[in-house]
Amino acid sequence: MAVCVAVIAKENYPLYIRSIPTENELKFHYMVHTSLDVVDEKISAMGKALVDQRELYLGLLYPTEDYKVYGYVTNSKVKFVMVVDSSNTALRDNEIRSMFRKLHNSYTDVMCNPFYNPGDRIQSSRAFDSMVTSMMIQVC
Amino acid sequence: MEGLTLSDAEQKYYSDLFSYCDIESTKKVAANGRVLELFRAAQLPNDVVLQIMELCGATRLGYFGRSQFYIALKLVAVAQSGFPLRVESINTVKDLPLPRFVASKNEQESRHAASYSSDSENQGSYSGVIPPPPGRGQVKKGSVSHDAVQPRTSADQQEPASPVVSPQQSPPTSPHTWRKHSRHPSGGNSERPLAGPGPFWSPFGEAQSGSSAGDAVWSGHSPPPPQETWVSFADTPPTSTLLTMHPASVQDQTTVRTVASATTANEIRRQSSSYDDPWKITDEQRQYYVNQFKTIQPDLNGFIPGSAAKEFFTKSKLPILELSHIWELSDFDKDGALTLDEFCAAFHLVVARKNGYDLPEKLPESLMPKLIDLEDSADVGDQPGEVGYSGSPAEAPPSKSPSMPSLNQTWPELNQSSEQWETFSERSSSSQTLTQFDSNIAPADPDTAIVHPVPIRMTPSKIHMQEMELKRTGSDHTNPTSPLLVKPSDLSEESKINSSVKFASGNTVDGYSSSDSFTSDPEQIGNNVTHQRSHSGTSPDNTAPPPPPPRPQPSHSRSSSLDMNRTFAVTTGQQQAGVVAHPPAVPPRPQPSQAPGPVVHRPVDADGLITHTSTSPQQIPEQPNFADFSQFEVFAASNVNEEQDDEAEKHPEVLPVEKASDPASSLRVAKTDSKIEEKTAASVPANVSKGTTPLAPPPKPVRRRLKSEDELRPEVDEHTQKTGVLAAVLASQPSIPRSVGKDKKAIQASIRRNKETNTVLARLNSELQQQLKDVLEERISLEVQLEQLRPFSHL
Repeated sequence: MAVCVAVIAKENYPLYIRSIPTENELKFHYMVHTSLDVVDEKISAMGKALVDQRELYLGLLYPTEDYKVYGYVTNSKVKFVMVVDSSNTALRDNEIRSMFRKLHNSYTDVMCNPFYNPGDRIQSSRAFDSMVTSMMIQVC
Repeated sequence: MEGLTLSDAEQKYYSDLFSYCDIESTKKVAANGRVLELFRAAQLPNDVVLQIMELCGATRLGYFGRSQFYIALKLVAVAQSGFPLRVESINTVKDLPLPRFVASKNEQESRHAASYSSDSENQGSYSGVIPPPPGRGQVKKGSVSHDAVQPRTSADQQEPASPVVSPQQSPPTSPHTWRKHSRHPSGGNSERPLAGPGPFWSPFGEAQSGSSAGDAVWSGHSPPPPQETWVSFADTPPTSTLLTMHPASVQDQTTVRTVASATTANEIRRQSSSYDDPWKITDEQRQYYVNQFKTIQPDLNGFIPGSAAKEFFTKSKLPILELSHIWELSDFDKDGALTLDEFCAAFHLVVARKNGYDLPEKLPESLMPKLIDLEDSADVGDQPGEVGYSGSPAEAPPSKSPSMPSLNQTWPELNQSSEQWETFSERSSSSQTLTQFDSNIAPADPDTAIVHPVPIRMTPSKIHMQEMELKRTGSDHTNPTSPLLVKPSDLSEESKINSSVKFASGNTVDGYSSSDSFTSDPEQIGNNVTHQRSHSGTSPDNTAPPPPPPRPQPSHSRSSSLDMNRTFAVTTGQQQAGVVAHPPAVPPRPQPSQAPGPVVHRPVDADGLITHTSTSPQQIPEQPNFADFSQFEVFAASNVNEEQDDEAEKHPEVLPVEKASDPASSLRVAKTDSKIEEKTAASVPANVSKGTTPLAPPPKPVRRRLKSEDELRPEVDEHTQKTGVLAAVLASQPSIPRSVGKDKKAIQASIRRNKETNTVLARLNSELQQQLKDVLEERISLEVQLEQLRPFSHL
């Protein structure tokens, strides 16, 4: 259901970004980049309390005319950003949450791989790719 | 292009090759990947290959259709035979030997049980990835590493060293070998564009058995056979010759391999030898894996941490990317550590990869970690997995089995570090999907935090509490002293007051208090009150509250009499109905004290009479609401100052009051003790008690008095005349319960009253708590809604 899925590291550089190449991918990259500001804003707003109390799912970051951008941040400040087509009105918040949950689980599995150096681009995990593909294919 | 005629052997061989190259089963092979590898393996000059491609028409088409592919193969054979490449030569060249592909040769060999050279070849192809396996590998390395042109002589040289697979092998295995080998020149194979329409070519039916074709192929690899031998093989099943070759070659291979393997380190691994399941781990392999596991983790049931596994597998010199993928496949439970089964699977995958087999997308069944972790069970499990493994499109060459014994025989000769690889059949992964399996196990989602807790009703419902109290009082009804019960009956008859209900409640209270608080000190009525209050305090929290105190007479309760009455009337309808009979059980003591006082006929001491009379005037004014005693009120008002005189006059009138006053006096006493300052006659209470004991004080009138007391209190101010009387009466009351009997009754009455008060308060408390909970629920729901709306507030 997602049009673009991105995993951003703590230092705000992308670990993984993939979008449906039907459109100009650069646009999605730019949207993800601009959404990082909103993510930081949300983190800081809630960050007064303990980190544990902060919810990982950030919700709708901001909507544009065609797309909606959803955010999710882990406790290690790794951010997941998902761009969804606005025309997909049937997409409920719970579904977005479940998608982020799957993303998080797959990301954890990638982390568990001792051959993956944290901070590297996630390009070696076929499972992660297949999971992202499953999330994105549903759009079509 | 004219039709292509192929011999049966060629047909079989070509079909195998085509299916091997046709990865996607689209019946057309793109001009990259395996096809190019295949052609390169033909050891032909590049220009020759290009020419072949053009001739077969693939250049025009852009891909290799089956016909183009077959033509190309034929042309390869032609070229390899030395004939000039021409379209016509496809069919003109008779007895063309099957095209020979060095790489495929190796693959075929390796896939056969007898040919273990493949691993060396493959390993050699990885040149640098793995140190050359047994000497044969070294020999082959030279040949395999050359992509395009390779001297046939070298290939021929290799052949004796690497005997062809056993003749029984079916050609279908060749595609696997192709595939296995295609890995090697994985470099720039995809550069050749092919285009052009392919000639139609009707596939030939399979004429010969696969073995013959295979034999033909193998015969091509056999020691320097001229093309004639191939031809001869194609015509006649050269199985015999091949067979003779193979065992020797197998032996040679094994010996060579043995020698070479001795030099290798642990990085040489043995391939699975099972034909049915290319991924099956043989016992020897498993033993080797287990031993390796032990070197890292002595405990076979323990885990190998990810870092140690990383170091270990890095030694295999596989690319990190592939190692990462192997880890993904083998770490079944995604815990970052390897169990024995997982480790064996990973090891096996590394071995396979080193030998040129593509890594499966999903873990093969035979490699899946079994729930039972032991070797024996795993081996057992492997075999069922092997049986069930149906992924490989190519049938496992049965001819491997004959070579197996040889392998097994040679195994003991090998060092532990040396392993012989058996060719993997095409690894179609029919195994369950690892990742999908894990994804089905949805881990606890940290995000699913329940936003709003659902409030739970902790306290029992008020009605429930009331029912509990009803039960208690009901029980009390049965248990209380009979005289008290009698009183209500009497009082009910006499009372015409609207507050009969309260009397009932008071009666129960009296009954209760009398039964429970016999020993309570009238002076400790406060304690009783607190005790009763404690009951009521805990009752809201207990589903089975302690026996609620008998409902105090509404008149004497501490809380506003009106509320109490209302509460009682509303909430304890049933109870009060039952209690109605009882309220008059405890007539106010002062009245009886007063009543008997003036009563002459009463066997009461004059003091008692006096006391009674003294109290009666006090009590009388407390009963302004009582129709019966209104006159007494007047009397009381008038006789406050003249106790003695009033006594005499009131006697006949107080008499009826006396009865009622006795029980009420106790209550009054209780009340007055707590509320009214004590006054004068200490003997009065004594007398009152004395006076009341012989009496059967009608409870109802007493209750009325009590009630009227409460009601009158606010009214006291209104009635100036009565205030003094009241004060006097009330003042006298505290002194009344000094007497023993009066004390008890007064205490009991007070206790009852207090208990009733407590229960009422408890009910109120529970109701309020319930309301509080409801409000909290509403608040929480509103907060939830607010939070839901909040994301949009940022926009």
